[in-house]
Amino acid sequence: MGTRELMGDIIPRVPLSEWIESILDVLTTLLATATRAVSTVFRNGIRGITGFLDTLPPIVLILVLVGIAWAIAGRRIAIGSFLGFLFIWNIGLWGAMVSTLVLVFFATILAVALGLPLGIVAGLSDRFFLIVKPILDFMQTMPAFVYLIPAIPFFGLGATSAIMSTVIFSIPPTIRLTALGIRQIDKELVEAADSFGSTTYQKLVKLQLPLSLPTVMAGINQTIMLALSMVVIASMIGAGGLGGEVWRAIQRLRPGDGFSAGLAVVILAMILDRVTQKIAAQDRKAS
Amino acid sequence: MSDNNSEKANVKISLRNVYKVFGKNAARGVELSKKGLSKDEILEKTKLAVGVSNVSFDVYEGETLVVMGLSGSGKSTLIRCVNRIMEPTAGEILIDDVDITKLNDDELREVRRKKFSMVFQSFALFPHRRVIENVEYGLEIQGVDKDVRREKAETALKLVGLDGWGDYFPENLSGGMKQRVGLARALSVDPDILLMDEAFSALDPLIRSDMQDELIALNDRVRKTILFITHDLDEALKMGDRIVLMKDGYVVQIGTPEEILTNPADEYVQRFVANVDITKVLTAQDVMKIHSPVAFVKDGPRVALRKMKEHGLSGMFVVKSSGELVGHLTADKAAQAAKDEKKWLDQVTDRDSVLSVPLDQPVRTLFPMVESGNPIAVVDEDHHFKGVIVRGSILAALAESHSDSAPIEEPSELASKVLTPGTSDEPASSEADKENN
Ligand SMILES: Nc1ncnc2c1ncn2[C@@H]1O[C@H](COP(=O)(O)OP(=O)(O)O)[C@@H](O)[C@H]1O
Ligand SMILES: [Mg+2]
Repeated sequence: MGTRELMGDIIPRVPLSEWIESILDVLTTLLATATRAVSTVFRNGIRGITGFLDTLPPIVLILVLVGIAWAIAGRRIAIGSFLGFLFIWNIGLWGAMVSTLVLVFFATILAVALGLPLGIVAGLSDRFFLIVKPILDFMQTMPAFVYLIPAIPFFGLGATSAIMSTVIFSIPPTIRLTALGIRQIDKELVEAADSFGSTTYQKLVKLQLPLSLPTVMAGINQTIMLALSMVVIASMIGAGGLGGEVWRAIQRLRPGDGFSAGLAVVILAMILDRVTQKIAAQDRKAS
Repeated sequence: MSDNNSEKANVKISLRNVYKVFGKNAARGVELSKKGLSKDEILEKTKLAVGVSNVSFDVYEGETLVVMGLSGSGKSTLIRCVNRIMEPTAGEILIDDVDITKLNDDELREVRRKKFSMVFQSFALFPHRRVIENVEYGLEIQGVDKDVRREKAETALKLVGLDGWGDYFPENLSGGMKQRVGLARALSVDPDILLMDEAFSALDPLIRSDMQDELIALNDRVRKTILFITHDLDEALKMGDRIVLMKDGYVVQIGTPEEILTNPADEYVQRFVANVDITKVLTAQDVMKIHSPVAFVKDGPRVALRKMKEHGLSGMFVVKSSGELVGHLTADKAAQAAKDEKKWLDQVTDRDSVLSVPLDQPVRTLFPMVESGNPIAVVDEDHHFKGVIVRGSILAALAESHSDSAPIEEPSELASKVLTPGTSDEPASSEADKENN
């Protein structure tokens, strides 16, 4: 306290937080119509899908999800997933888990849709890579819940804000590993493609993307894991789901409920991780 | 400009004062290099790395031109400038009289598709594509129909002896086979020019020698202009119609293998040559052709003529039935003798101007003798005929015998380090640099 006053006496404090707030103010008013529209679309979309999934009997949805896991990752992981889902259903957190899963799903799709092209550009352009790399480093060292705050003025409390901040938080690995995957391709391979007269597009589609796919998939896997952790944290701004259960348990001082919800998050994380890792591994084998 | 070359073969590639400098403000590196500063001085002064400095030479159509030099001498940089995989900093590069340094991206791509193929030291096969898909890559990106390109790719695979391997992935192939695929991929687009950057350097000595032989045989059929890079003098001697010797980015000497061996331009070339100077170790015995046909004195001119015709020779050595060398007989003289109804060959055989050397004559001293084009007979102490030496057999034998016997016969430590196949580039270069300084 004392040092800060002393500091303030000598050099006036830089009004950093005031600046940021006024910038956000300006942006929110300027973009109000757009953000409100996006917010509505998202809220309705998510509400619709979650509502539909809620009408399904849990066992049906579980079988569908386990079927997907089987197709991608094989029998062992499918059985594990089945037991995990049954357990979550049993402890009464199925509904919460479904809404968390829907949020993770949407956030991941958006993060990949944005991150993949950015990663490709960063993989091909040295200059862009030099600009993007420190930004990614910065983004990954910021504490997670800082991302929640700017989302609220734009999108209000709720699922849309949760998804937006989740996208921002979870996008770095996809960008970084896509760029890395393209950059680590043997120089002579790229020269070979060039020497035959490939266009930039041909080189990308026939060489660089297929060869960087395992690395890209590892990035997407990390993005999914980050998205899950962020969606849980986003319960603070009303995202609901498993995070909401934890949040409520904290407020009501019920460690048992909090722990159960936490365990459900861990189980979901393990299932998502194993299944998506399997995709990456399969790609590696094929290449 | 092509007029002065029109009596010779067409000039396919012409490099005119080509420079490549790495770093920002590369043009300044060119200026300094033109002023005569060395690569090291420029690096010290400006942090610019001179890769290629003022290189000019022509490659004729159908010729195999070898660029040779120690690691770091700028060979890879130079060959990459030729198809502009690397952008030359200054100079002109004419391909069929068109300066490709002036082409825009589309034109350049078209030239790459139509005229060039490249083969790489590390093979550079696409690991996610099957062998056949690798081979058809060049055609695929040109939009050639699937059936057509598959057929051409199969033909190219057959050409390199890999019939039936199309469905394998590159990782399942041995090094030699991988490079055959690399070669097939290069040939499938039917380019005018093959650019080969140390294409055989990563292979085991035996496989490497096989590949060299096969490339020579194959090129007799397909007749490409080949720019071949190597750091190995033996390979250069064997493959090259002409050799360009590079050092620190510039050209030290250009010449035929014989010229390089017999007439090294400076100390650098001399050391290079001396390091593999098997001409000191090898003798006439090692390089002679043993099973060369001879005429016997009692044969008579008609039999001798028939033997010459049979073997496509314009002349033959004549020996007594004991094996003792009598002399040399040309086809003309034999024909004349036949007309004159001469019975014995010794009456018409030329005994005086015939060149003969003992078995242990050093090969080095043979070069000036074969220069004339006349064959040399090799004889033992009793003057018995043992074999023949012709121009080509010396070079072939040099290249062959060295790679077989290098460790035993090489007196120089440096030589075995620099030139033993399979030794990695890098230590060789630093070793040699030290020696050179
Ligand atoms: N991308 C690059 N950046 C900077 N210097 C380079 C680069 N590529 C090559 N060089 C330099 O150019 C010189 C020639 O290299 P290179 O052409 O690879 O030689 P070689 O193929 O004969 O071994 C070396 O001194 C090397 O350090
Ligand atoms: Mg090289």
